[in-house]
Amino acid sequence: MTDPASRMNTTRRAFLAVAGAALLVRPAKATPASMAAAIRQAVGEAHVKPGRIKLNVPPLVENGNVVAVSVSVESPMTEKDYVKTIHIFTEKNPQPNVISFQLNARAGKAEVQTRIRLADTQTVVAICEMSDGSCWSDKVDVVLTLSACLEDPI
Amino acid sequence: MAARTLINVPPKAKRGEVIQIKTLISHVMENGFRHDNMGKPIARDIITTFTCAYNGEKIFEAALYPAISANPFITFYTVATESGTLAFQWTGDNGFSQEATAKITVE
Repeated sequence: MTDPASRMNTTRRAFLAVAGAALLVRPAKATPASMAAAIRQAVGEAHVKPGRIKLNVPPLVENGNVVAVSVSVESPMTEKDYVKTIHIFTEKNPQPNVISFQLNARAGKAEVQTRIRLADTQTVVAICEMSDGSCWSDKVDVVLTLSACLEDPI
Repeated sequence: MAARTLINVPPKAKRGEVIQIKTLISHVMENGFRHDNMGKPIARDIITTFTCAYNGEKIFEAALYPAISANPFITFYTVATESGTLAFQWTGDNGFSQEATAKITVE
């Protein structure tokens, strides 16, 4: 196999290997796997089901530096049944964790709002843990035009 | 360095009413992933925790990470139980600590 096409293939493969290695040494970035690990650390071994929690993020964001986010959970918020924690995670920010809220029965209404940074077009996940230990999640795919500043300022 | 804070709590509420609390604090929230124009990494400088206490009892807490925007804005809810003070505290990197209070009258 010494025809030019196969030689080209080899060089292309070599090029791809080098390019792949270059990608690996880029600055730390969260991945779906590291997000899953962060979620495990936050909620333990509990089974996370979709539902009961609603994550509100605009689906198209112009400026990743300031993204208004609100999370609300369906809960009666009584002494026996309330939302213990609400976490927000991202897939492709440098770190998967964004914020963790700790609530108690005195909150009256399980809703929080804040402003977050997004580094890339990605999935944002919200997870809540109830007082009975059950965990619920919601996710939103966000398309981003301008990323939050992670690169060198000019 | 004192940071400016802005707290929005209704001054009066009925007993048992769910009230909205909005908080804002001026802070750069330097995420620690950026470099200056000499290529040196800029050290992380963020607020890491925020707590709110209603008459001394903790009602809300948040752990903040670098992915929170500059000038962190947090809104949450609580039940107005009795007249008194809501005390807010932000703590962060480099010994950052800032407190603020708001009064509420419950009828």
